[in-house]
Amino acid sequence: MSDLTAEVLHATAQHLLIVGVAMFAAIAAGIPIGIACVRNPRSGRAVLRLIDMIQTVPSLALFGFLIPLPLIGGIGIRTAIVALILYSLLPVVRNTVTGISGVDPLIREAAIALGMTERQRLMRIDLPLALPSIFGGIRIATVIAIGVATIAAAVGGGGLGTLIFRGVAMVDSTRILAGALPAAALAVAADLLFGALERLAARRLGV
Amino acid sequence: MGSSVFIDRATVSGSNGNAIVRDISLRIDPGESVAVIGRSGAGKTTLLRLLNGLAEQRSGSVIVDGRPLVGSRIAERRRRIGTILQAPALFPHRTVFENVATVPRLLGWTDERIRRASEEMLDRLDMPFGRFAGRFPRSLSGGEQQRVGIARAMVAAPPLLLCDEPFSALDPIVRRDLQDTFVALRDGGDVTLLFVTHDVAEALRVARRIVLIDGGAIVADLPAADFVRSAHPLISRFLDAARIPEAS
Repeated sequence: MSDLTAEVLHATAQHLLIVGVAMFAAIAAGIPIGIACVRNPRSGRAVLRLIDMIQTVPSLALFGFLIPLPLIGGIGIRTAIVALILYSLLPVVRNTVTGISGVDPLIREAAIALGMTERQRLMRIDLPLALPSIFGGIRIATVIAIGVATIAAAVGGGGLGTLIFRGVAMVDSTRILAGALPAAALAVAADLLFGALERLAARRLGV
Repeated sequence: MGSSVFIDRATVSGSNGNAIVRDISLRIDPGESVAVIGRSGAGKTTLLRLLNGLAEQRSGSVIVDGRPLVGSRIAERRRRIGTILQAPALFPHRTVFENVATVPRLLGWTDERIRRASEEMLDRLDMPFGRFAGRFPRSLSGGEQQRVGIARAMVAAPPLLLCDEPFSALDPIVRRDLQDTFVALRDGGDVTLLFVTHDVAEALRVARRIVLIDGGAIVADLPAADFVRSAHPLISRFLDAARIPEAS
């Protein structure tokens, strides 16, 4: 195995780790935030606007802003993960809100009339019916995160971006491609995987 | 034993603050079957929604089985009140069996009891369990969906049954068929029935007492036999409208 191949494999693994951890956290936080936004529409709108704003910060600048912060900042993988979580939040939260708000009010009313508590309605009706939309959000967030994670190398986050940055510095297109192609392949794979889940969930609902 | 219902001078307001039903009082004894008729917008649906807490009164009270309906345990109480709506609103991600099993599961019945009750209920509605249990609502016709809606509302034998124009979206033959099935179910159990409809013929078929509501107030409350002989002008108009002209 050549040095470059080993480097690519290592960087890909690191890339997957960063994106995986960030996505896990973004989903774990984003779905409850989305649910809370639906339940409290007024503060929910403010929260969505805030998350919207984060999305508008250029990614390189966001990494830069995080570096001086204590605990979550600094140089290294932690900063990279925090930035990716912030970026991935919007699609997950927004699609959770869209999915739940899109549940037919008559179906929601039937669930109330049958005697389900608020929690039972959420777990048995709203979330399952919102699933295709939520998977859609996760798909978009993951594809974005895989791309943005290449920039994490600028703050010492590692991953496939390391190869790209090094390639750019050395004017070495092979190295740039060695970083860019696996990143693109990962993005396509994630798109296909979550797209399939999205369709599977939708088919189960007959929509 | 069916539930007793007492609505005492209840007023319900819409979102614009106007009263939809005004100072309405209605007492229904256990086992009675009451049809509420009226024109569109008369307040029929709101009256029905008062009885499962989907509408809340601004003033007055709603007493079911001797206890005020609205309170912290409203979800539990709704499990003993069957509601059938015009749109069956089945849960699209759940099979026919899972839809029908909703209330028994909430009541914590055993799997075996749930299965037995669901099977019996669906069979009585002419939907053989073996053929329909595993199907999803989207694969059913409108009439079949409404049957599942009825099964879902009645499977746990609620002592109070509320129906809001449950058959109005169905074709006349399926409709008639379901009315008959429904009457048989009503007669087979101890249930208090409140049935909202704008169709006088349907009201007379399913209920023994007719309440006419207009402009948010009760304008007539008569046994079915007296209703058809009433000289009340609005009742006459309803009866005239329901009459089929003779072929010349």
